[in-house]
Order: sequence, then C-alpha cells, then structure tokens
Amino acid sequence: MIYLDNAATTRPKPPGVAEAVTAAMMSWGNCGRGAHEEALASARAVFSVREQMARLLGCPRADHACFTPNSTQALNIAIGGLLGPGDHVISTDLEHNSVLRPLYRMRQKGAAVDFVPADRQGQIDYGDFERLLRPDTKAVVCTHASNLTGDMIDIGRVGDFCRAHGLLFILDASQTAGVFPIHMETQHIDVVCFTGHKSLLGPQGTGGLCVREGVDIRPFAVGGTGVQSYLETQPMEYPTRLEAGTLNSHGLAGLGAALDFLEKTGIDAIRAHETALARRFYEEVRQIPGVTVYGDHSKAERAPVVTLNIGDYESGEVADELAERFGIATRPGAHCAPRMHRALGTTEQGAVRFSWSYFNTEEETDAAAEAVRILATEN
Amino acid sequence: MRQKEEKCVVTFRTTAAAMEMERACKAEGVPGRLIPVPRTITAGCGMCWAAPPSAREAVEELVMAHHLMIDGIYAIIL
Repeated sequence: MIYLDNAATTRPKPPGVAEAVTAAMMSWGNCGRGAHEEALASARAVFSVREQMARLLGCPRADHACFTPNSTQALNIAIGGLLGPGDHVISTDLEHNSVLRPLYRMRQKGAAVDFVPADRQGQIDYGDFERLLRPDTKAVVCTHASNLTGDMIDIGRVGDFCRAHGLLFILDASQTAGVFPIHMETQHIDVVCFTGHKSLLGPQGTGGLCVREGVDIRPFAVGGTGVQSYLETQPMEYPTRLEAGTLNSHGLAGLGAALDFLEKTGIDAIRAHETALARRFYEEVRQIPGVTVYGDHSKAERAPVVTLNIGDYESGEVADELAERFGIATRPGAHCAPRMHRALGTTEQGAVRFSWSYFNTEEETDAAAEAVRILATEN
Repeated sequence: MRQKEEKCVVTFRTTAAAMEMERACKAEGVPGRLIPVPRTITAGCGMCWAAPPSAREAVEELVMAHHLMIDGIYAIIL
C-alpha cells in the first residue's frame, strides 16, 4: 500500500508515538485529578505538551494552549465563544466545513458572514478582505492552506489586516501546523486551532487551540475540572476554561512524542521533503494528456497536496482504481470543502487528492504518477 | 495519623499553574511537593504546593520572579 492520503490523517506515525501512548495507558493516572504520583506524572507530561505546542506556534504562554479532541471542536469553541449575533465575520472560499458549519450556524443566530471568493483556479484577491470590511466586522476566520488544493493564505498579510482594523484573527492550522512556520505573536494571530493527527504526526483524538493572552473565549463545555469544584460556573482561567472533562492524556502523550520528533527533525527539513515529493508528482502528472491539476503550482510555498481529475472520469472511481489496482490510497469526492469545489467547478466530478507526509518516498511518488498515466491513457 | 506541623502552602486555580510552580521550584531548588489542597484552605479538590515554613521567603521570591499564577500563600498546620 502506498499511502498518499496524509491530508486526511498522517500514516504511519513517527517512531515513539505509539510507544508513548501505550506507556501512558499502562502507568498514568488522570491529569489534574489527584496529587498522587500517577496523576502528577500525567499532569506533568500534559503540561510539557502545552509547552511544546506553545513553542511551535509562537504562543507566549503555555497555559494558553488548550486541548480538544480535534480541530473541528477547537474551531467550534473559538467561533462560538468569540462571536455572536450582530457581529460580522470575514472568511474565505478555501475553508473546510470545520470552519464553514460553525460560521453558518453563527449566521443562523444573527451574525453576518462574508467569504473572500476564490476564482476558477482557487485563488483569492487579498484586496477583497478590505472590500468586505464593515463597521461591525469583528473577526477574520481562515485556513492557512486549502485542504483541497494545498494553496496557502498569506497569514502574515491577513494578520496585518486584522491588526490594522482591530479584528480578531482565528486561524485554522489543521493542514499546516508542524510543517509551516506559524508565530502567533509576530503574525498577530489571536487563536490558532490545530489537530494532532495530521501534519503534527500525532494520534487521532488530539487537538486544541492556542489563545493569545487577553482573548476571552466563552467556555463551550462546562463540567469537571479537578479544581474549584464548588464554583457553580466553569473556572475562567486558561487552560481549564476550555477543558471541561478528562483530557485525552494518553493521546497527548503520543502527541508529545510526535512533537519531539518534529523538533528533532526540524519542520524546515520536513517541509522540504514533503513539498519536493509533491512537486515531483506535479511535474509528472501535469504533462499527462487529459489530466487537470487544480490550484496554483507556480508558488514555491504550498501544502504538500496535488489534486487532479482525469478527463471526466468520476473521482471516486479513479480513487477506487488507484486503491484496488495499484494499492494507492488517495481521497476523492468533496473533501469537506464545498465552497472551493464550487469555485473550481468540480462539484459534480469531485477531485482526486494526493497528499504527502515525511514518511513518503520518491519511489512511491513515481509509482503514483505512473498509475495516473496508465488510467489517463485507458480513459 | 501523621504528626502535624506547620507548612507554607501555595494554592492555584488550574492544574497547569501547579505544574509551572513545581517546575520552577525544582529548577531553583526550592523545597516542597504537590499535595491535595487541605480543607482548611478550600473545600473541593485540586492540588497545592506544600513547603517547609522556612522556605516561605524563597517561595514568594520564586512566584514573583517567574510570574507564577497562584491563588494564595498560607501558613497552616498540616
């Protein structure tokens, strides 16, 4: 099996991740519940993972790194806890449903939402942020990279725009954290939402949000915290503010090991390897007659994703042939990115997404390109 | 029952703050350990840093120097 569906979840995980999860399961108590050595071991390790995430994302305070099961929940917390009726929000057509659906729900509650449009190539015009600005605009919510095409949004530029107009900036870093540099302070980002199981190379069921000091997010869930138990409301101090209920400390042990791997390997080396493979694949498939590749591949900086179609061949059938005949795992269909598919004109056909991680090789990449060539020739 | 003696006790509003305190104390060689919060301070749960009374000054200096997010410092018999 050649696994090229790493934008859905990375596989395999780095050495040490599964071992860390197992070791935690066999020895830890509950993080923040009790002061015996087993509970403290968990609490110490979880705090170390907060420090690692804060360091990775340029968040000055480790106690403002809050954990959730995934990026979707982090985005629900940020969007639901910072915006409300009467607020105007700017987002983009590049978004995943993890941003879109919380925004649509917020719109039903009385907020106004505008989307920076993507053109037929999936590109945005940054002047549209300015054009969509209103006196009641409160925030920009956007992804760092399209999960469909890999095209990136210049978050430094968006951060400057938000700072100039006093807007909150909520970033969805699901596809980029751990591969591309993100710095909350220098890029003026108020909230970064991340998931552990994609580019961070950790287990599923881990994720979270780093919050800038002074940004007060209303708690999404309230409940057990292990502290301030006779208070009738959720404690307002981060990270407890956003962490009702027992944390997935076993999963976070794995995330910590994955972050150790990222720190040791270096995200520049990881990015260089992954983008070189994606570029290698692109240069092959773009020359194949009948193959349409989506997105702007003239830019050096893009997430390691190549999405294509072969003639009018349904994307699900192409992915099935790739899996069954060639043992290549890809992702067809809509990729939870309905606005981007509309922009690209691919709502009917869908598209076939190939996505790389640090553990893919040139041989796998060449085999995938050859498989596309065979299918295109047969079509 | 253990022999009761006076302790310098530092309380926190989050587990994360308690972790930062423990980390700083270990790094700076300030004595003490994390224990369950005694009911004489607050009913409920959570953990606190318990140090010998002689360490109070060192604890206070550490809290200031590291900008640690504490709830309170108490002298109590435990």
